[in-house]
Amino acid sequence: MSGPIQIRSDETFTLNVGPQHPATHGVLRVKMQMDGEYIVKAETVLGYIHRMHELMGENRTYPQVLPNLSRLDYLGALGYTHGHVLAVERAAGIEVPERAEYIRAITVELNRVASHLFWFGAFVMDLGGFTPLMYAIQDREHILDMLEAVTGSRLTYCYYRFGGLYNDVDDDFIAAARAFLPRMRKSLKKYDALVTGNIIFRKRLEDIGPISAEMCRKYGATGPVARGAGIDFDVRKNEPYSVYPEFDFDVPVYHECDSLARYKVRMDEMEQSLRIIEQGLDKLPDGPIMPKKKPKLIKPPKGDYYQAVETARGSFGIRIVSDGTKNAYRFKLRSPTYSNMSLFDEACEGMMIMDALAMMGSLDLVIPEIDR
Amino acid sequence: MTNDTVKQALRDLFPDPEPVVEEPVAEAPAEGEEEKKPAKKKEEPRPNGVIERDHAEHGYDIDVQCEPGELLAAVMIIDKAGFFLESITGVDWIKEDQLESVYDFSRYDFDTCRVVIRTRTPRSEPNIPTISKIYPGASWHERETHDFFGIKFEGHPHLIPLLLPEDADFHPLLKDFKP
Repeated sequence: MSGPIQIRSDETFTLNVGPQHPATHGVLRVKMQMDGEYIVKAETVLGYIHRMHELMGENRTYPQVLPNLSRLDYLGALGYTHGHVLAVERAAGIEVPERAEYIRAITVELNRVASHLFWFGAFVMDLGGFTPLMYAIQDREHILDMLEAVTGSRLTYCYYRFGGLYNDVDDDFIAAARAFLPRMRKSLKKYDALVTGNIIFRKRLEDIGPISAEMCRKYGATGPVARGAGIDFDVRKNEPYSVYPEFDFDVPVYHECDSLARYKVRMDEMEQSLRIIEQGLDKLPDGPIMPKKKPKLIKPPKGDYYQAVETARGSFGIRIVSDGTKNAYRFKLRSPTYSNMSLFDEACEGMMIMDALAMMGSLDLVIPEIDR
Repeated sequence: MTNDTVKQALRDLFPDPEPVVEEPVAEAPAEGEEEKKPAKKKEEPRPNGVIERDHAEHGYDIDVQCEPGELLAAVMIIDKAGFFLESITGVDWIKEDQLESVYDFSRYDFDTCRVVIRTRTPRSEPNIPTISKIYPGASWHERETHDFFGIKFEGHPHLIPLLLPEDADFHPLLKDFKP
């Protein structure tokens, strides 16, 4: 159980979790000072996969940076490219046709479900249950197939363009998406029956890894981490962008602040994403997918622009400081897991190491997105 | 989008000597105390103070510029108003020979109100007080900004490279950086 350290000996030792460790899901290293099974102090060491995307954003033109964004987070890549196109559209004042907006929303939500599915599988596997990963990957495969058909890639999408899309969706995609919805809903019920009530699973998560609302605020945690701490915050609702105001969906919030609450938030979010996809397919208007008038060379006027989007992991922000040329003067990426992970050092003090790793899993880390 | 009450409350948060400037273009002269530190005067620099921005255009509502010495006071006001820290970053204004540090704050409730606080410091001596005592989450952001720009956050307990290698002695986002 977590809580203050029960037995304190004078002897502590240092334990390196990572940078190559299955529980960290990537090249993340946490230097832990241990007292037996209890963590006395932890220090996260980052930078093993740092690629300096922000400098690349300054060296390249706006369209050239577009593929970089999907290399941030390989599980929910569309959300990040969405942020970039929205930021540039805001800066350069480019209008987006309605059909393109709807297709963006549908594909982003599909990608969100895919990301949550993979997290679900990996998270349960962290806790010792291998089978759910197989189910989750099978469902995710359907999404990847659908997205591959329209975007041309399976993970690192570069589908959105400034003002619209690279490719229109066809009837096959729409039929596949429609067929996917009931199948996925059935699967969610199956996951719930298989995992959520499992006593071993619950014992590992309930009341473990508390992250309070105040801690979220001090560290800037967003996304499911904040929503698991009782904070009703979702950029899609709070700071609406694209066509999200047109959709009727709920923001799942749990007040328990523990690892299980974060699990439940993501599981509920998948259902909400399915609702958005369903409404998007119903409302999908006809029309062009690119605006008639679009500047050949994108040169946003001088200024400082910020755009936040809700990705699968939380609020992702892009700041573009433009000096009026075709390259950004400053290109800042605010990645959600960076802030979410920064509270780990404080939150895991005094916890048992296995509980801390369960909590780390519940944060849904994607390391390339932390390191950028 | 933004609720007017929140906006008004925020405007009250930054009382004198900073004047409220409605139009981003209109340059209202700041009061004497603010103007003391001579910014490089080639292009007329933006005076310190609060500017209201159009959220649809810029993505944030309140834009504050202050001296590094006033930063802590401003951040404490923001903290008291229940904002969370979104990010900290820097901008290298090499022409003006200044480094800018930019702080983004936002709120969890429905009234979106992104507040941007900027503070500028000379490139030769980039010293800014740390806000990690108020927002512990600032610790990583400040280390990252130190990595990329070499801005020294005074009072930071652990200002070592975070994303760059531990022996890095370069700052890649400075405009005069040569790889």
